Amino acid sequence: MPLPSEKEEVWRYTPIDELRLDEFAPTATSAAAPVSASAQRFVVGVAADLPERGALLGVLDGRPLTVSVQDAQLSERGVRVGGLQVLGGEPDVLGRVLTGGDALVRLNDAFHPDVVVVDVPARTVVDGPIVIVHWCSAEPAEPAEPAEPAEPEEQGERGEPGGVAPASFPRTLVRIAQGASAEVVEIVAGPPGSARSLVVPVTELSVADGAHLSYVGLQVLGAGAWHLARLAAVAGRDATLRTFTVGLGGSYDRSRTDALADGAGSSTELRSAYLGTGDQIHDVRTLQDHAAPHTTSDLLCKGAVAGTSRSVYSGLIRVRRGAVRTEAFQTNHNLVLDAGAHADSVPNLDIQENDVRCSHASTVGPIDEDQRYYLESRGIPPSRAEQLIVLGFFDDIVERSPVPSAIGRLRQEVGLRLADTLGLDLEGAHG
Amino acid sequence: MSIFEVEGLHASAGARDVVKGVDLTVRSGEVHVVMGPNGSGKSTLAHALMGRPGTSVTAGSIRLDGVELTGTPSWKRARAGLFLALQQPIEVPGVLLEAALTEALAGRSGASQEGDGGQSIDDRLKQEAAAIGFDERFLRRPLNVDLSGGERKRNEVLQLGVLRPKFCVLDEIDSGLDVDAVRAVSGRIERATSEWGLGVIAVTHFHRLLRELRADKVHVLVDGRIVATGGPELAEELERTGYGAYEPGA
Repeated sequence: MPLPSEKEEVWRYTPIDELRLDEFAPTATSAAAPVSASAQRFVVGVAADLPERGALLGVLDGRPLTVSVQDAQLSERGVRVGGLQVLGGEPDVLGRVLTGGDALVRLNDAFHPDVVVVDVPARTVVDGPIVIVHWCSAEPAEPAEPAEPAEPEEQGERGEPGGVAPASFPRTLVRIAQGASAEVVEIVAGPPGSARSLVVPVTELSVADGAHLSYVGLQVLGAGAWHLARLAAVAGRDATLRTFTVGLGGSYDRSRTDALADGAGSSTELRSAYLGTGDQIHDVRTLQDHAAPHTTSDLLCKGAVAGTSRSVYSGLIRVRRGAVRTEAFQTNHNLVLDAGAHADSVPNLDIQENDVRCSHASTVGPIDEDQRYYLESRGIPPSRAEQLIVLGFFDDIVERSPVPSAIGRLRQEVGLRLADTLGLDLEGAHG
Repeated sequence: MSIFEVEGLHASAGARDVVKGVDLTVRSGEVHVVMGPNGSGKSTLAHALMGRPGTSVTAGSIRLDGVELTGTPSWKRARAGLFLALQQPIEVPGVLLEAALTEALAGRSGASQEGDGGQSIDDRLKQEAAAIGFDERFLRRPLNVDLSGGERKRNEVLQLGVLRPKFCVLDEIDSGLDVDAVRAVSGRIERATSEWGLGVIAVTHFHRLLRELRADKVHVLVDGRIVATGGPELAEELERTGYGAYEPGA
């Protein structure tokens, strides 16, 4: 199977042709590998920001290293979190949600070292989010060696020029059985700095009949990372699925989200946000796939590009034959903050049924002049008015996070990057 | 005592000359009402006074306490003590009302915060909301998001009450409001004229604003010029006879 190419519609506007797989090698992390101090600090920070969690999994290059369960009743109630072994040898658990897939999915199939599993049995309500933190190495890939004393990636953060950089293939499977309900927060992070790395995560979300899943995905990799992520979800009869994916880090950040409304009466709510700074590329692809009657999907994707960064949003609503009374909405708003930045927005509809209600809307443009004038007319100087408007643009979507307890962390991650970009004084910004 | 003076003002919206020589002098506590038919230049006048981009002053002067405002940006006019209540208030997603007012007040000189009695913004918001029947739940919303037309108008008057400017320009504040809301809003503005000596320029189509708001002067604006000035009785006359007598060629 060949690697994807820019000639394919789903890879238009992307730098995918620049991907050279021979520049990367899968990391050889073993369970005994040292965990860097910055990785530890990051996990501790996440734990502090999400105190009411159900469980926290620390995952290094796709391999779960630590599982700490806050809610002692989880295992009593049959909730399983951890590596693939928690499913006790159940066969063929992968690929049920994400069928097909391209060469990148095949690479993940071949190289994921383990599978992060969240498995919630029928009619079980999990209180507090299950938090998964993926730390993806960016130091030069080296053969596994005896543990070195401290912080290896801080000594050699930048790969040798032209050397081989690490590639990691995180794999996650979330299964919410019939009538159950849970929240999952999945964070993909790596060392700050511009060391190269390739991160190819695949996440499958299975939401059974009458079940509810709220999912937040946050990507905060270093500035040299290529992040090529795939999220696939399926919602059964009367199930609800809410996702919010936020792309902030990386050099090239692609996230593709496919949500299949497979059971009648299911409803999905898809949210995405991205902020481009420097010369980043953010690339968001979504599919709202309706295969059953009386299903709804509502997508809102908001992004801003600054500096010389670029973004691509491309979304498809597909209503298959038989999916009558489908309601599907898709909205994409882009703020272009600098003259050198650029955003493309490509909405698509593929409707094979008559009795449906579908709409899409998209905007690409600078900060709204009327909004700026309105704030100015209250005595707020234009530079501050613009900061407030951009912060508000993101807060508008962040505050609607399907996992409310993650709002603080999300706001902080967005705010940090906006502060850098806009020269921002964050004090008082959220009143 | 402050004074707001408009002298020989010409203003254009786009390429079109719309305001063609307007003179107005408003002192603290006075209420001036500018009435006129559609297209007479009322809104362009209001925006020219506040300095909206796209509206340009081609001749004349706008002064607040002798300080020339023509050519200065809107935010500096606001800080000098001028306020515009927009005909169509703008929705600003994600920017909370309280956050915007905190920013606005932070930039003000002490003088324009006189009489706030050291109250927190939160208290002032609640107090002003109660005064005009603005639902307190809306105080937690981003600016004008998911508010009806009438609620947005009340929100403008609420902000006026919190910011306590020296002079305000009300651009058709009564449109979109029901009778009770017009009474509440105009009553609040009337009280402000004595509470802190607010000077008012109210631009409107309708006489109904003047039931609670006591006009000192009524000006008739036709084709960009003030063609008549009188007391409240002039507004009543316009209500009966319309603008026909003042139209060009009449």
